[in-house]
Amino acid sequence: MVGIVDYGVGNLFSLRSSLVAIGADAFVSADPKELKKADRILLPGVGAFGDAAEKLQKSGLADFIKEEAKGGKPLLGICLGMQLLFEKSFEYGEHEGLGLIEGEIRPIADVIPADYKIPHIGWNALHFEKTDCPLFRYLQEGDHVYFVHSFYATNCRDAVVATAEYGAPLTAAVAKNNVFGCQFHPEKSGGVGLDILRAFCETEESSLC
Amino acid sequence: MITKRIIPCLDVKNGRVVKGVNFLGLSDVSSPVELAKFYSDNGADELVFYDITASAEGRQLFTDILCEAARTVFIPLTVGGGINTVEDFDRVLKCGADKVSVNSGAIRNPSLIGEAAKRYGDQCVVLSVDVKRVDGVFRVFAKGGRENTGMEAIEWIRRGVDSGAGEIVVNSIDTDGVKKGFDLEMLDAVCNAVSVPVIASGGAGCIDHFTTLFRTLPKVDAGLAASIFHFGEVKISDLKKELKSQGIPMRI
Repeated sequence: MVGIVDYGVGNLFSLRSSLVAIGADAFVSADPKELKKADRILLPGVGAFGDAAEKLQKSGLADFIKEEAKGGKPLLGICLGMQLLFEKSFEYGEHEGLGLIEGEIRPIADVIPADYKIPHIGWNALHFEKTDCPLFRYLQEGDHVYFVHSFYATNCRDAVVATAEYGAPLTAAVAKNNVFGCQFHPEKSGGVGLDILRAFCETEESSLC
Repeated sequence: MITKRIIPCLDVKNGRVVKGVNFLGLSDVSSPVELAKFYSDNGADELVFYDITASAEGRQLFTDILCEAARTVFIPLTVGGGINTVEDFDRVLKCGADKVSVNSGAIRNPSLIGEAAKRYGDQCVVLSVDVKRVDGVFRVFAKGGRENTGMEAIEWIRRGVDSGAGEIVVNSIDTDGVKKGFDLEMLDAVCNAVSVPVIASGGAGCIDHFTTLFRTLPKVDAGLAASIFHFGEVKISDLKKELKSQGIPMRI
């Protein structure tokens, strides 16, 4: 059973629908007691990092997610949800994240050429930095996924499992033990996206990446 | 590398797709949900649902259909038509829309763009503009292209982007329905004025028109069309294969 963390940012209709489409049992909740019953956790998110991080902290969901992740439960962060897995973000100030993966979130404007449009929006190809990530078991190098973001994860050591080329190689997916993150939206990436969610639903506790 | 997007537009009235469609193999050719799935399976990069209903019942029906489509297809969905307030944004975003397109609603109340962008993010707000040349000047038209607002189009688009519009749909009334190609001059002017993604609409009649669009104007991000896809004159899968073979980045 997949527990989708609802902390009041973005709507979860498509994400929930995509899990239903692959036959996964999914529920949306803001209550750690309910979410604890799930055998894997999805952390979605759109909007600003600072606002979202504050909501996670105040609701007690931040501590819950950290405990569950450290206990080995598979966790997948999507878009802003992926960025929140990191130590900190420099989106409008400096904000602390969940610190489950080493690294930080910085504006893509820092690394891409000046004539590239921001946000990085649209379909881009995945380049695998690691080929053995369980999330990609049904994918091929070069498969396209849908991105919408203006900030990216950097200095993430060996956690980067895929990048997308946008004038610079931008972090597209990360993994560290049972903690996974996608900068793109699998729930909006057609069949490729559904395959990623399917693979996540098949990950075992503490599976290494 | 980011790909150029091909976007079919579905006009929905009282729960049905208007403008005839004649696909083989579809049991119900005017079902928005079936058509959305058909396009998604055939390589559409994104879908636009345009609500041309006037009545409250029709609006509810549209919202129900949008929910059903969002349960069925998992590519980005943009919704337009009848968006006049932030509450309208809320209504369609809750049903699985990713982006909301404003046109006449923003002309009547320009602060709608900024209010929506602040609440949902720039990436969520699409400014759609119907433009026509009047005495050699690009003018913004309202009410489905029937009424000249007198506003200069490039200025209006710039203002929209400054207020928070994250994407622009340029629909040239001059080339719309003529099927002689996109309005390259108009699109070039828009691309040079703003740095957000620009979607070309109006005038596509064959595959070559898309090739010319992306070749001539590399800054254009997407091509939108309705009837040529609905009538099967251009198959999206064929179009994308041809564009790719011409060196234009495509998701196949």
